[in-house]
Amino acid sequence: MVESVFLWRRLVGAQIRSQLQYRLSFALELVAAFFLSFIDFLAVLVLFHNTHQLGTWSVHQVAFLYALSSISFALTDLLIGHFDQFPQKVRDGNFDIMLVRPRGTLFQIVGSDFQLRRLGKAAQGVVVLVYALGTLHVAWDVGRVLMVLVSIPAAIVIFSSIWTVGGCIAFWTVDGGEFTNAFTYGGNFLAQYPVDILSSWLRRFLAYIVPLAFVCYFPALYVLDKPDPLGLPRLLQFASPVVALAAAGVAAVIWRAAVRHYRSAGG
Amino acid sequence: MIEVEELTKRFVVRRGRLRRERVVVDAVKGISFRVERGELLGYLGPNGAGKSTTIKMLTGILVPSAGRVTVAGLDPSRRRIELARRIGAMFGQRIQLWWDLPLVDSFELLRHIYRVPSERYARNLARFREVLDLDPFLTTPVRQLSLGQRIRGELTAAMLHGPELLFLDEPTIGLDVVAKQRVREFLGEINREDGVTVMLTTHDLGDIERLCKRLLVIDRGTLIWDGGIPELRERYGGERLLIVDLERPAAPLAVEGAVVDRVDGARQWLRFRGSASELTARVAQSARLVDLQVAEPDIEEIVRRIYAGG
Repeated sequence: MVESVFLWRRLVGAQIRSQLQYRLSFALELVAAFFLSFIDFLAVLVLFHNTHQLGTWSVHQVAFLYALSSISFALTDLLIGHFDQFPQKVRDGNFDIMLVRPRGTLFQIVGSDFQLRRLGKAAQGVVVLVYALGTLHVAWDVGRVLMVLVSIPAAIVIFSSIWTVGGCIAFWTVDGGEFTNAFTYGGNFLAQYPVDILSSWLRRFLAYIVPLAFVCYFPALYVLDKPDPLGLPRLLQFASPVVALAAAGVAAVIWRAAVRHYRSAGG
Repeated sequence: MIEVEELTKRFVVRRGRLRRERVVVDAVKGISFRVERGELLGYLGPNGAGKSTTIKMLTGILVPSAGRVTVAGLDPSRRRIELARRIGAMFGQRIQLWWDLPLVDSFELLRHIYRVPSERYARNLARFREVLDLDPFLTTPVRQLSLGQRIRGELTAAMLHGPELLFLDEPTIGLDVVAKQRVREFLGEINREDGVTVMLTTHDLGDIERLCKRLLVIDRGTLIWDGGIPELRERYGGERLLIVDLERPAAPLAVEGAVVDRVDGARQWLRFRGSASELTARVAQSARLVDLQVAEPDIEEIVRRIYAGG
Protein backbone atom coordinates (compact mmCIF):
# COMPACT_ATOMS: atom_id res chain seq x y z
CA MET A 1 0.00 0.00 0.00
CA VAL A 2 2.67 2.48 1.09
CA GLU A 3 4.83 1.26 -1.75
CA SER A 4 1.95 1.93 -4.16
CA VAL A 5 1.72 5.51 -2.93
CA PHE A 6 5.42 5.94 -3.60
CA LEU A 7 5.04 4.50 -7.07
CA TRP A 8 2.07 6.79 -7.71
CA ARG A 9 4.23 9.74 -6.69
CA ARG A 10 6.90 8.64 -9.11
CA LEU A 11 4.42 8.26 -11.96
CA VAL A 12 2.92 11.66 -11.20
CA GLY A 13 6.35 13.24 -10.79
CA ALA A 14 7.36 11.97 -14.21
CA GLN A 15 4.27 13.53 -15.79
CA ILE A 16 4.84 16.84 -14.03
CA ARG A 17 8.40 16.89 -15.33
CA SER A 18 7.24 16.27 -18.87
CA GLN A 19 4.50 18.92 -18.60
CA LEU A 20 6.96 21.49 -17.33
CA GLN A 21 9.22 20.95 -20.31
CA TYR A 22 7.36 23.63 -22.21
CA ARG A 23 7.08 26.27 -19.53
CA LEU A 24 5.36 28.97 -21.50
CA SER A 25 2.72 26.66 -22.90
CA PHE A 26 2.15 25.22 -19.43
CA ALA A 27 1.76 28.68 -17.89
CA LEU A 28 -0.73 29.65 -20.60
CA GLU A 29 -2.77 26.52 -20.04
CA LEU A 30 -2.84 27.10 -16.33
CA VAL A 31 -4.02 30.68 -16.75
CA ALA A 32 -6.56 29.64 -19.38
CA ALA A 33 -7.98 26.96 -17.07
CA PHE A 34 -8.26 29.58 -14.33
CA PHE A 35 -10.13 32.12 -16.41
CA LEU A 36 -12.21 29.75 -18.52
CA SER A 37 -13.71 28.20 -15.43
CA PHE A 38 -15.11 31.61 -14.46
CA ILE A 39 -17.50 31.29 -17.39
CA ASP A 40 -19.01 28.48 -15.41
CA PHE A 41 -19.54 30.76 -12.44
CA LEU A 42 -20.84 33.46 -14.71
CA ALA A 43 -23.77 31.17 -15.46
CA VAL A 44 -24.64 31.18 -11.78
CA LEU A 45 -24.49 34.98 -11.68
CA VAL A 46 -26.62 35.30 -14.80
CA LEU A 47 -29.22 33.08 -13.19
CA PHE A 48 -29.32 35.38 -10.17
CA HIS A 49 -29.55 38.44 -12.32
CA ASN A 50 -33.16 37.52 -12.90
CA THR A 51 -34.02 36.16 -9.50
CA HIS A 52 -32.83 36.94 -5.99
CA GLN A 53 -33.50 33.53 -4.60
CA LEU A 54 -33.10 30.05 -5.94
CA GLY A 55 -35.54 28.18 -3.74
CA THR A 56 -34.37 29.26 -0.32
CA TRP A 57 -30.81 29.91 -1.53
CA SER A 58 -29.22 33.31 -1.98
CA VAL A 59 -26.54 34.00 -4.56
CA HIS A 60 -23.78 33.84 -1.97
CA GLN A 61 -24.98 30.55 -0.64
CA VAL A 62 -25.03 29.09 -4.13
CA ALA A 63 -21.57 30.54 -4.66
CA PHE A 64 -20.46 28.62 -1.60
CA LEU A 65 -21.93 25.39 -3.03
CA TYR A 66 -20.33 26.15 -6.35
CA ALA A 67 -16.94 26.73 -4.77
CA LEU A 68 -16.99 23.51 -2.75
CA SER A 69 -18.02 21.51 -5.77
CA SER A 70 -15.51 23.20 -8.08
CA ILE A 71 -12.59 22.70 -5.77
CA SER A 72 -13.47 19.05 -5.28
CA PHE A 73 -14.02 18.56 -9.00
CA ALA A 74 -10.71 20.17 -9.92
CA LEU A 75 -8.79 18.21 -7.32
CA THR A 76 -10.41 14.96 -8.46
CA ASP A 77 -9.53 15.84 -12.00
CA LEU A 78 -5.97 16.50 -10.89
CA LEU A 79 -5.58 13.37 -8.80
CA ILE A 80 -7.30 10.61 -10.72
CA GLY A 81 -7.67 12.20 -14.12
CA HIS A 82 -10.55 12.47 -16.33
CA PHE A 83 -11.16 9.10 -17.94
CA ASP A 84 -11.79 11.01 -21.16
CA GLN A 85 -8.82 9.37 -22.85
CA PHE A 86 -9.69 6.01 -21.44
CA PRO A 87 -12.07 4.89 -24.22
CA GLN A 88 -9.28 5.66 -26.67
CA LYS A 89 -6.89 3.51 -24.63
CA VAL A 90 -9.28 0.60 -24.73
CA ARG A 91 -9.90 1.01 -28.42
CA ASP A 92 -6.30 1.14 -29.56
CA GLY A 93 -5.26 -1.70 -27.28
CA ASN A 94 -3.15 0.31 -24.88
CA PHE A 95 -5.26 -0.99 -22.04
CA ASP A 96 -3.77 -4.41 -22.85
CA ILE A 97 -0.35 -3.07 -21.95
CA MET A 98 -1.67 -2.31 -18.48
CA LEU A 99 -2.91 -5.87 -18.22
CA VAL A 100 0.57 -7.31 -18.81
CA ARG A 101 2.05 -5.24 -16.01
CA PRO A 102 2.15 -6.50 -12.45
CA ARG A 103 -0.11 -3.79 -11.03
CA GLY A 104 -3.82 -3.17 -10.66
CA THR A 105 -5.42 -1.63 -13.73
CA LEU A 106 -7.27 1.13 -11.91
CA PHE A 107 -4.06 2.13 -10.17
CA GLN A 108 -2.26 2.38 -13.50
CA ILE A 109 -5.00 4.50 -15.05
CA VAL A 110 -5.07 6.85 -12.11
CA GLY A 111 -1.30 7.12 -12.32
CA SER A 112 -1.31 7.89 -16.02
CA ASP A 113 -3.42 11.03 -16.34
CA PHE A 114 -2.08 13.72 -14.05
CA GLN A 115 -2.40 17.22 -15.52
CA LEU A 116 -0.96 19.94 -13.37
CA ARG A 117 -2.79 22.63 -15.33
CA ARG A 118 -6.02 21.51 -13.67
CA LEU A 119 -4.81 23.42 -10.61
CA GLY A 120 -6.05 26.48 -12.51
CA LYS A 121 -9.63 25.41 -12.01
CA ALA A 122 -9.03 24.60 -8.35
CA ALA A 123 -7.60 28.10 -7.88
CA GLN A 124 -10.74 29.54 -9.41
CA GLY A 125 -12.82 27.55 -6.91
CA VAL A 126 -10.78 28.99 -4.08
CA VAL A 127 -11.36 32.53 -5.36
CA VAL A 128 -15.12 31.93 -5.45
CA LEU A 129 -14.95 30.37 -2.00
CA VAL A 130 -13.24 33.46 -0.60
CA TYR A 131 -15.85 35.64 -2.28
CA ALA A 132 -18.72 33.58 -0.86
CA LEU A 133 -17.32 33.39 2.65
CA GLY A 134 -16.54 37.11 2.62
CA THR A 135 -20.24 37.88 2.37
CA LEU A 136 -21.88 34.99 4.20
CA HIS A 137 -20.90 35.65 7.82
CA VAL A 138 -20.57 31.99 8.72
CA ALA A 139 -20.51 31.35 12.46
CA TRP A 140 -17.23 29.39 12.35
CA ASP A 141 -16.60 26.81 15.03
CA VAL A 142 -14.60 23.59 15.20
CA GLY A 143 -17.45 21.57 13.78
CA ARG A 144 -17.86 23.80 10.73
CA VAL A 145 -14.15 23.99 9.96
CA LEU A 146 -13.94 20.23 10.32
CA MET A 147 -16.95 19.83 8.05
CA VAL A 148 -15.27 21.80 5.25
CA LEU A 149 -11.99 19.97 5.73
CA VAL A 150 -13.64 16.54 5.66
CA SER A 151 -16.21 17.23 3.00
CA ILE A 152 -13.66 18.09 0.31
CA PRO A 153 -11.78 14.76 0.50
CA ALA A 154 -15.14 12.97 0.77
CA ALA A 155 -16.35 14.83 -2.31
CA ILE A 156 -13.16 13.85 -4.15
CA VAL A 157 -13.81 10.20 -3.35
CA ILE A 158 -17.46 10.48 -4.44
CA PHE A 159 -16.52 12.17 -7.73
CA SER A 160 -13.76 9.60 -8.30
CA SER A 161 -16.21 6.76 -7.79
CA ILE A 162 -18.77 8.22 -10.16
CA TRP A 163 -16.14 8.84 -12.83
CA THR A 164 -14.75 5.36 -12.48
CA VAL A 165 -18.19 3.91 -13.10
CA GLY A 166 -18.55 6.29 -16.06
CA GLY A 167 -15.20 5.08 -17.37
CA CYS A 168 -16.42 1.48 -17.31
CA ILE A 169 -18.72 2.36 -20.22
CA ALA A 170 -15.64 2.26 -22.43
CA PHE A 171 -15.57 -1.51 -22.08
CA TRP A 172 -18.98 -1.84 -23.66
CA THR A 173 -19.22 0.88 -26.24
CA VAL A 174 -16.60 1.73 -28.78
CA ASP A 175 -17.02 5.46 -28.47
CA GLY A 176 -17.90 6.16 -24.86
CA GLY A 177 -16.06 9.46 -24.48
CA GLU A 178 -19.15 11.65 -24.51
CA PHE A 179 -20.99 9.32 -22.21
CA THR A 180 -18.12 9.40 -19.77
CA ASN A 181 -18.19 13.20 -19.88
CA ALA A 182 -21.81 13.12 -18.76
CA PHE A 183 -20.56 11.58 -15.54
CA THR A 184 -17.73 14.03 -15.00
CA TYR A 185 -18.94 17.45 -16.16
CA GLY A 186 -22.59 16.53 -15.68
CA GLY A 187 -21.93 15.48 -12.12
CA ASN A 188 -20.06 18.66 -11.37
CA PHE A 189 -22.85 20.76 -12.84
CA LEU A 190 -25.50 19.09 -10.74
CA ALA A 191 -23.44 19.30 -7.58
CA GLN A 192 -23.04 23.05 -8.01
CA TYR A 193 -26.73 23.79 -7.56
CA PRO A 194 -28.90 23.27 -4.50
CA VAL A 195 -30.55 19.89 -4.72
CA ASP A 196 -33.93 21.17 -3.48
CA ILE A 197 -34.56 23.19 -6.64
CA LEU A 198 -34.56 20.04 -8.73
CA SER A 199 -37.63 17.92 -9.40
CA SER A 200 -38.24 15.24 -6.85
CA TRP A 201 -37.25 12.20 -8.92
CA LEU A 202 -33.97 13.79 -9.90
CA ARG A 203 -33.45 14.76 -6.28
CA ARG A 204 -33.91 11.22 -5.06
CA PHE A 205 -31.66 9.98 -7.82
CA LEU A 206 -28.92 12.39 -6.74
CA ALA A 207 -29.30 11.76 -3.05
CA TYR A 208 -29.56 8.00 -3.02
CA ILE A 209 -28.33 6.53 -6.31
CA VAL A 210 -25.59 8.80 -7.62
CA PRO A 211 -24.66 10.42 -4.32
CA LEU A 212 -23.92 13.90 -5.69
CA ALA A 213 -26.02 15.54 -2.97
CA PHE A 214 -23.32 14.46 -0.54
CA VAL A 215 -20.61 16.25 -2.49
CA CYS A 216 -21.56 19.65 -1.09
CA TYR A 217 -25.31 20.09 -0.62
CA PHE A 218 -25.53 18.36 2.78
CA PRO A 219 -22.19 19.67 4.09
CA ALA A 220 -23.19 23.18 2.98
CA LEU A 221 -26.49 22.99 4.88
CA TYR A 222 -24.51 22.29 8.02
CA VAL A 223 -21.85 24.96 7.49
CA LEU A 224 -24.43 27.62 6.58
CA ASP A 225 -26.73 26.49 9.40
CA LYS A 226 -29.60 26.26 6.96
CA PRO A 227 -32.73 24.30 7.75
CA ASP A 228 -33.02 21.59 5.10
CA PRO A 229 -35.71 22.82 2.70
CA LEU A 230 -36.55 19.17 2.11
CA GLY A 231 -36.79 18.33 5.80
CA LEU A 232 -34.48 15.34 5.47
CA PRO A 233 -32.87 13.86 8.60
CA ARG A 234 -30.06 16.00 9.97
CA LEU A 235 -27.88 12.92 10.18
CA LEU A 236 -27.42 13.04 6.39
CA GLN A 237 -25.38 16.21 6.79
CA PHE A 238 -22.66 14.18 8.49
CA ALA A 239 -22.89 11.20 6.21
CA SER A 240 -20.58 12.31 3.38
CA PRO A 241 -17.47 10.32 4.50
CA VAL A 242 -19.50 7.14 4.94
CA VAL A 243 -21.27 7.66 1.63
CA ALA A 244 -17.88 8.30 0.02
CA LEU A 245 -16.50 4.99 1.28
CA ALA A 246 -19.60 3.13 0.16
CA ALA A 247 -19.43 4.77 -3.27
CA ALA A 248 -15.77 3.81 -3.59
CA GLY A 249 -16.64 0.21 -2.70
CA VAL A 250 -19.42 0.06 -5.27
CA ALA A 251 -17.19 1.64 -7.91
CA ALA A 252 -14.43 -0.87 -7.24
CA VAL A 253 -16.86 -3.78 -7.63
CA ILE A 254 -18.26 -2.36 -10.88
CA TRP A 255 -14.76 -1.72 -12.20
CA ARG A 256 -13.70 -5.29 -11.50
CA ALA A 257 -16.80 -6.62 -13.21
CA ALA A 258 -16.15 -4.38 -16.21
CA VAL A 259 -12.55 -5.51 -16.56
CA ARG A 260 -13.68 -9.11 -16.23
CA HIS A 261 -16.20 -8.50 -18.98
CA TYR A 262 -13.50 -6.97 -21.18
CA ARG A 263 -11.16 -9.87 -20.61
CA SER A 264 -13.74 -12.48 -21.45
CA ALA A 265 -15.39 -10.64 -24.33
CA GLY A 266 -12.18 -9.21 -25.69
CA GLY A 267 -12.82 -5.53 -26.43
CA MET B 1 7.13 -23.26 -20.31
CA ILE B 2 3.85 -23.03 -22.19
CA GLU B 3 1.20 -25.74 -22.28
CA VAL B 4 -1.90 -25.22 -24.33
CA GLU B 5 -4.68 -27.78 -24.64
CA GLU B 6 -7.76 -27.46 -26.76
CA LEU B 7 -7.64 -23.70 -26.30
CA THR B 8 -10.67 -21.89 -27.69
CA LYS B 9 -11.73 -18.28 -27.77
CA ARG B 10 -15.22 -17.44 -28.84
CA PHE B 11 -16.37 -13.89 -29.45
CA VAL B 12 -19.95 -12.78 -29.71
CA VAL B 13 -20.10 -9.98 -32.22
CA ARG B 14 -23.21 -7.88 -32.65
CA ARG B 15 -23.94 -6.68 -36.12
CA GLY B 16 -26.39 -4.19 -37.49
CA ARG B 17 -27.71 -1.04 -35.90
CA LEU B 18 -31.35 -1.59 -35.14
CA ARG B 19 -31.98 -5.27 -35.41
CA ARG B 20 -28.84 -6.42 -33.70
CA GLU B 21 -27.83 -9.80 -34.85
CA ARG B 22 -25.59 -11.91 -32.67
CA VAL B 23 -22.83 -13.62 -34.57
CA VAL B 24 -20.59 -16.12 -32.82
CA VAL B 25 -17.01 -16.14 -34.05
CA ASP B 26 -14.43 -18.67 -32.94
CA ALA B 27 -11.19 -16.73 -33.17
CA VAL B 28 -9.20 -19.69 -31.86
CA LYS B 29 -10.62 -23.18 -32.26
CA GLY B 30 -9.22 -25.77 -29.92
CA ILE B 31 -5.49 -25.45 -30.53
CA SER B 32 -2.92 -27.47 -28.59
CA PHE B 33 0.85 -27.13 -28.37
CA ARG B 34 3.73 -27.15 -25.91
CA VAL B 35 6.75 -24.92 -25.73
CA GLU B 36 9.81 -26.02 -23.77
CA ARG B 37 12.01 -23.69 -21.78
CA GLY B 38 14.67 -22.07 -23.96
CA GLU B 39 12.86 -22.43 -27.28
CA LEU B 40 12.69 -19.62 -29.78
CA LEU B 41 9.67 -20.17 -31.90
CA GLY B 42 7.82 -18.28 -34.55
CA TYR B 43 4.07 -17.88 -34.60
CA LEU B 44 2.76 -17.10 -37.99
CA GLY B 45 -0.57 -16.52 -39.62
CA PRO B 46 -2.46 -14.13 -41.86
CA ASN B 47 -4.31 -11.18 -40.34
CA GLY B 48 -7.30 -12.23 -38.32
CA ALA B 49 -6.14 -15.84 -38.08
CA GLY B 50 -6.15 -15.82 -34.28
CA LYS B 51 -2.51 -14.98 -33.59
CA SER B 52 -2.98 -12.05 -31.27
CA THR B 53 -5.98 -13.67 -29.60
CA THR B 54 -3.71 -16.61 -28.70
CA ILE B 55 -1.00 -14.30 -27.38
CA LYS B 56 -3.59 -12.39 -25.35
CA MET B 57 -4.71 -15.61 -23.72
CA LEU B 58 -1.12 -16.65 -23.02
CA THR B 59 -0.32 -13.32 -21.36
CA GLY B 60 -3.49 -13.27 -19.27
CA ILE B 61 -5.14 -10.36 -21.07
CA LEU B 62 -8.03 -12.49 -22.29
CA VAL B 63 -9.80 -15.31 -20.50
CA PRO B 64 -10.16 -18.44 -22.69
CA SER B 65 -13.66 -19.63 -23.55
CA ALA B 66 -12.58 -23.26 -23.27
CA GLY B 67 -9.47 -25.36 -22.95
CA ARG B 68 -6.47 -25.15 -20.70
CA VAL B 69 -3.43 -22.83 -20.67
CA THR B 70 -0.45 -22.96 -18.36
CA VAL B 71 2.36 -20.45 -18.72
CA ALA B 72 5.39 -20.71 -16.43
CA GLY B 73 3.31 -23.03 -14.27
CA LEU B 74 0.51 -20.47 -13.83
CA ASP B 75 -2.99 -20.04 -15.17
CA PRO B 76 -2.52 -16.70 -16.97
CA SER B 77 -6.01 -15.25 -16.65
CA ARG B 78 -6.34 -16.07 -12.95
CA ARG B 79 -2.87 -15.06 -11.88
CA ARG B 80 -2.24 -12.22 -14.24
CA ILE B 81 -0.19 -10.07 -11.88
CA GLU B 82 2.05 -12.91 -10.73
CA LEU B 83 2.63 -13.96 -14.30
CA ALA B 84 3.31 -10.38 -15.41
CA ARG B 85 6.44 -10.31 -13.27
CA ARG B 86 7.84 -13.36 -15.02
CA ILE B 87 7.06 -12.56 -18.63
CA GLY B 88 7.88 -9.70 -20.92
CA ALA B 89 5.70 -8.54 -23.77
CA MET B 90 6.22 -6.16 -26.61
CA PHE B 91 3.48 -5.26 -29.01
CA GLY B 92 5.10 -3.71 -32.05
CA GLN B 93 2.67 -0.91 -32.73
CA ARG B 94 1.85 -0.01 -29.16
CA ILE B 95 3.96 2.25 -27.08
CA GLN B 96 4.72 1.29 -23.54
CA LEU B 97 7.33 3.98 -23.02
CA TRP B 98 6.41 7.40 -21.67
CA TRP B 99 6.16 9.58 -24.74
CA ASP B 100 7.39 12.91 -23.38
CA LEU B 101 10.10 11.61 -21.06
CA PRO B 102 13.73 10.76 -21.71
CA LEU B 103 14.07 7.07 -22.50
CA VAL B 104 15.98 6.35 -19.31
CA ASP B 105 13.14 7.81 -17.20
CA SER B 106 10.74 5.23 -18.65
CA PHE B 107 13.15 2.49 -17.63
CA GLU B 108 13.35 3.95 -14.16
CA LEU B 109 9.53 3.96 -13.85
CA LEU B 110 9.29 0.40 -15.11
CA ARG B 111 11.86 -0.65 -12.56
CA HIS B 112 9.49 0.51 -9.85
CA ILE B 113 6.39 -0.88 -11.51
CA TYR B 114 8.07 -4.30 -11.67
CA ARG B 115 9.84 -3.89 -8.31
CA VAL B 116 13.23 -4.77 -9.80
CA PRO B 117 15.98 -4.67 -7.15
CA SER B 118 18.35 -1.81 -7.99
CA GLU B 119 21.41 -4.01 -8.40
CA ARG B 120 19.72 -6.25 -10.89
CA TYR B 121 18.29 -3.24 -12.66
CA ALA B 122 21.72 -1.66 -13.00
CA ARG B 123 23.18 -4.91 -14.34
CA ASN B 124 20.39 -5.46 -16.85
CA LEU B 125 20.39 -1.88 -18.06
CA ALA B 126 24.17 -1.86 -18.52
CA ARG B 127 23.88 -4.98 -20.63
CA PHE B 128 21.09 -3.65 -22.86
CA ARG B 129 22.85 -0.33 -23.26
CA GLU B 130 25.77 -2.21 -24.69
CA VAL B 131 24.02 -4.83 -26.79
CA LEU B 132 21.35 -2.53 -28.20
CA ASP B 133 23.63 0.50 -28.31
CA LEU B 134 21.25 2.73 -26.38
CA ASP B 135 23.75 5.30 -25.13
CA PRO B 136 23.44 7.82 -27.98
CA PHE B 137 19.75 8.38 -27.22
CA LEU B 138 19.30 7.31 -23.62
CA THR B 139 18.40 10.82 -22.45
CA THR B 140 16.37 11.77 -25.52
CA PRO B 141 12.59 12.11 -25.08
CA VAL B 142 10.87 9.10 -26.59
CA ARG B 143 8.84 11.21 -29.00
CA GLN B 144 12.06 12.32 -30.69
CA LEU B 145 13.42 8.82 -31.26
CA SER B 146 13.51 7.19 -34.67
CA LEU B 147 11.42 4.05 -35.05
CA GLY B 148 14.47 1.83 -34.79
CA GLN B 149 15.65 3.56 -31.64
CA ARG B 150 12.21 3.35 -30.13
CA ILE B 151 11.93 -0.37 -30.83
CA ARG B 152 15.28 -0.91 -29.13
CA GLY B 153 13.93 1.07 -26.20
CA GLU B 154 10.73 -1.01 -26.17
CA LEU B 155 12.72 -4.24 -26.21
CA THR B 156 14.75 -3.04 -23.25
CA ALA B 157 11.54 -2.06 -21.46
CA ALA B 158 10.13 -5.54 -22.00
CA MET B 159 13.32 -7.19 -20.71
CA LEU B 160 14.45 -5.00 -17.82
CA HIS B 161 12.84 -7.12 -15.14
CA GLY B 162 14.55 -10.23 -16.45
CA PRO B 163 11.58 -12.26 -17.75
CA GLU B 164 11.89 -15.99 -18.41
CA LEU B 165 9.53 -15.75 -21.33
CA LEU B 166 9.20 -13.06 -23.93
CA PHE B 167 6.24 -12.47 -26.23
CA LEU B 168 7.04 -10.29 -29.20
CA ASP B 169 4.44 -9.10 -31.64
CA GLU B 170 5.95 -7.83 -34.90
CA PRO B 171 9.20 -6.63 -33.31
CA THR B 172 10.87 -5.68 -36.59
CA ILE B 173 7.93 -4.09 -38.39
CA GLY B 174 8.93 -0.93 -40.23
CA LEU B 175 12.63 -1.24 -39.42
CA ASP B 176 15.39 -0.78 -41.96
CA VAL B 177 17.75 -3.64 -42.75
CA VAL B 178 20.45 -2.61 -40.30
CA ALA B 179 18.03 -2.10 -37.41
CA LYS B 180 16.30 -5.39 -38.20
CA GLN B 181 19.60 -7.17 -38.12
CA ARG B 182 20.46 -5.66 -34.76
CA VAL B 183 17.13 -6.68 -33.23
CA ARG B 184 17.46 -10.21 -34.59
CA GLU B 185 20.96 -10.56 -33.21
CA PHE B 186 19.76 -9.34 -29.86
CA LEU B 187 16.91 -11.85 -29.74
CA GLY B 188 19.23 -14.67 -30.74
CA GLU B 189 21.63 -13.68 -28.01
CA ILE B 190 19.18 -13.44 -25.12
CA ASN B 191 17.74 -16.76 -26.20
CA ARG B 192 21.12 -18.51 -26.47
CA GLU B 193 22.92 -16.96 -23.56
CA ASP B 194 20.22 -16.19 -21.04
CA GLY B 195 17.96 -19.09 -21.93
CA VAL B 196 14.96 -16.78 -22.38
CA THR B 197 12.10 -18.52 -24.13
CA VAL B 198 10.88 -16.35 -27.00
CA MET B 199 7.61 -16.54 -28.86
CA LEU B 200 7.71 -14.36 -31.90
CA THR B 201 4.63 -13.30 -33.82
CA THR B 202 5.55 -11.86 -37.13
CA HIS B 203 4.76 -11.27 -40.75
CA ASP B 204 8.44 -10.96 -41.49
CA LEU B 205 9.55 -14.34 -42.65
CA GLY B 206 13.14 -13.18 -42.57
CA ASP B 207 12.85 -13.00 -38.79
CA ILE B 208 11.67 -16.56 -38.70
CA GLU B 209 14.19 -17.97 -41.13
CA ARG B 210 17.08 -16.44 -39.26
CA LEU B 211 15.92 -17.00 -35.71
CA CYS B 212 13.48 -19.82 -35.25
CA LYS B 213 13.95 -23.55 -35.31
CA ARG B 214 10.30 -24.20 -34.86
CA LEU B 215 7.29 -22.64 -36.41
CA LEU B 216 3.61 -22.62 -35.54
CA VAL B 217 1.23 -21.57 -38.26
CA ILE B 218 -2.35 -20.66 -37.47
CA ASP B 219 -5.06 -20.06 -40.02
CA ARG B 220 -8.72 -19.39 -39.33
CA GLY B 221 -8.28 -20.29 -35.68
CA THR B 222 -6.69 -23.68 -36.29
CA LEU B 223 -3.04 -24.71 -36.10
CA ILE B 224 -2.07 -25.92 -39.54
CA TRP B 225 1.64 -26.44 -38.91
CA ASP B 226 3.73 -27.18 -35.87
CA GLY B 227 7.26 -28.23 -36.64
CA GLY B 228 10.73 -27.35 -37.85
CA ILE B 229 11.51 -25.20 -40.84
CA PRO B 230 13.43 -27.91 -42.83
CA GLU B 231 10.44 -30.25 -42.48
CA LEU B 232 8.19 -27.45 -43.62
CA ARG B 233 10.29 -26.98 -46.73
CA GLU B 234 10.24 -30.66 -47.43
CA ARG B 235 6.52 -30.96 -47.05
CA TYR B 236 5.33 -27.85 -48.80
CA GLY B 237 8.38 -26.76 -50.71
CA GLY B 238 9.10 -29.94 -52.69
CA GLU B 239 9.64 -27.98 -55.87
CA ARG B 240 12.87 -26.11 -56.44
CA LEU B 241 14.07 -23.78 -59.15
CA LEU B 242 16.98 -24.32 -61.51
CA ILE B 243 18.12 -21.03 -62.96
CA VAL B 244 20.22 -21.47 -66.09
CA ASP B 245 22.14 -18.97 -68.18
CA LEU B 246 22.38 -20.19 -71.75
CA GLU B 247 24.92 -19.12 -74.30
CA ARG B 248 22.30 -17.23 -76.26
CA PRO B 249 18.58 -16.49 -75.90
CA ALA B 250 16.50 -19.50 -76.80
CA ALA B 251 12.94 -20.79 -76.82
CA PRO B 252 11.79 -22.23 -73.47
CA LEU B 253 13.65 -25.48 -72.97
CA ALA B 254 11.71 -28.68 -73.26
CA VAL B 255 13.34 -31.01 -70.77
CA GLU B 256 11.82 -33.98 -69.04
CA GLY B 257 10.92 -33.45 -65.36
CA ALA B 258 10.93 -29.66 -65.41
CA VAL B 259 8.63 -26.82 -66.39
CA VAL B 260 9.94 -23.46 -67.55
CA ASP B 261 8.56 -20.73 -65.30
CA ARG B 262 10.12 -17.68 -66.82
CA VAL B 263 12.42 -16.64 -69.64
CA ASP B 264 14.45 -13.46 -69.58
CA GLY B 265 16.91 -13.16 -72.44
CA ALA B 266 19.38 -15.99 -72.11
CA ARG B 267 18.21 -16.83 -68.59
CA GLN B 268 15.52 -19.40 -67.87
CA TRP B 269 13.85 -20.53 -64.66
CA LEU B 270 12.90 -24.22 -64.44
CA ARG B 271 10.68 -25.66 -61.73
CA PHE B 272 11.49 -29.24 -60.85
CA ARG B 273 11.33 -31.96 -58.23
CA GLY B 274 14.03 -34.48 -57.34
CA SER B 275 17.71 -34.44 -58.27
CA ALA B 276 19.27 -31.22 -59.53
CA SER B 277 22.28 -32.93 -61.11
CA GLU B 278 20.16 -35.22 -63.29
CA LEU B 279 18.17 -32.28 -64.52
CA THR B 280 21.34 -30.29 -65.17
CA ALA B 281 22.69 -33.14 -67.27
CA ARG B 282 19.51 -33.22 -69.32
CA VAL B 283 19.56 -29.45 -69.81
CA ALA B 284 23.20 -29.60 -70.88
CA GLN B 285 22.24 -32.06 -73.63
CA SER B 286 19.73 -29.71 -75.20
CA ALA B 287 21.51 -26.36 -74.84
CA ARG B 288 24.93 -24.87 -74.07
CA LEU B 289 25.12 -23.78 -70.45
CA VAL B 290 27.16 -20.82 -69.29
CA ASP B 291 26.13 -20.75 -65.67
CA LEU B 292 23.52 -22.21 -63.33
CA GLN B 293 22.17 -22.05 -59.81
CA VAL B 294 19.60 -23.93 -57.73
CA ALA B 295 17.21 -21.93 -55.61
CA GLU B 296 15.36 -23.28 -52.59
CA PRO B 297 11.82 -21.97 -52.45
CA ASP B 298 11.79 -19.15 -49.93
CA ILE B 299 9.72 -19.51 -46.84
CA GLU B 300 7.40 -16.77 -48.02
CA GLU B 301 6.46 -18.89 -50.97
CA ILE B 302 6.00 -21.92 -48.75
CA VAL B 303 3.75 -20.07 -46.37
CA ARG B 304 1.70 -18.80 -49.29
CA ARG B 305 1.25 -22.39 -50.37
CA ILE B 306 0.22 -23.46 -46.87
CA TYR B 307 -2.40 -20.74 -46.62
CA ALA B 308 -3.69 -21.57 -50.06
CA GLY B 309 -3.94 -25.25 -49.19
CA GLY B 310 -5.72 -24.49 -45.92
